Amino acid sequence: MTPDLTSAARDEIAQRFISALPYAKALGLTLVRLGDGMAEILMPWNVQLVGDPETGVIHGGAVFALMDTCAGTAVMSHASAPRRTATLDLRIDYMRAAMPDRVITARAECYHITRTVAFVRATATDGDDRPIATATGAFMIEPAP
Amino acid sequence: MRAPPEPVQVVKGRRDAALERLVGGVPFIAFLGLRFDRRGDELTSVLPFRDELIGNPILPALHGGATAGFLEATAIVELAWTAMWEEMEAGRIGPDAPLRLPKTIDFTVDYLRSGLPRDAYARARVNRSGRRYASVHVEAWQDNRARLFAQATGHFLMPEAAQ
Repeated sequence: MTPDLTSAARDEIAQRFISALPYAKALGLTLVRLGDGMAEILMPWNVQLVGDPETGVIHGGAVFALMDTCAGTAVMSHASAPRRTATLDLRIDYMRAAMPDRVITARAECYHITRTVAFVRATATDGDDRPIATATGAFMIEPAP
Repeated sequence: MRAPPEPVQVVKGRRDAALERLVGGVPFIAFLGLRFDRRGDELTSVLPFRDELIGNPILPALHGGATAGFLEATAIVELAWTAMWEEMEAGRIGPDAPLRLPKTIDFTVDYLRSGLPRDAYARARVNRSGRRYASVHVEAWQDNRARLFAQATGHFLMPEAAQ
């Protein structure tokens, strides 16, 4: 086992990870929960992010960014403490449209990690039991020294 | 006697107006700062670089989510544009017709290299377009057309009773 960082140090790294991302800031993302390869991030409804003016539904591209950020944050919070991560690929399935005016919550779990690759799945909801979208992705990681 | 060809300004005006209606109505496209260049029916989307699009300030690199939004918006506009082309050319789409956009079913982004802090370009190709479903591939590059930094494939649900 490599020496592990304290959980507080891990949380700090992941918090910094998201607050230092200009695009995450532009989308209004907030990290609300974090721990051992799991992350939860909120994205408030914003008229600027609408993709279909007829319905007021948020563009899939904004939901994708939320899922990608949440998945990357989950990787950074993994117990193996990677120093850096980048998305290799991410697939999103849109189950239904997000309701206008509702906050979207993404939850991601890094369920397997090797020395070089992390595997993540994520779900987005808007306060209803039925998810809006699910995602799966592979992330490259730069291992701790 | 054949009818004389339409004056070029009329043709361009009709096409540019149709494209502007498709693109200008979508707030997320403005949020990204995305523009569309048109040559005949060929569209190239242009994402001018801005600091707000950065995901990794140390490298710096474009945020993967910004790249994905850029690709997905490009795919949707290309698909809607292709679907409306014939009706538009025939002058059968009124200026007040509601904008019916395809809905994304799934979208897979393949990140090939990190996005540099420069303008990015993308072109989408509709590989299959049926009455209900469509499959679209989209490629994005920066300095060199042959060196893609991301590509994506997605499936879309076509609006019912298209146009």
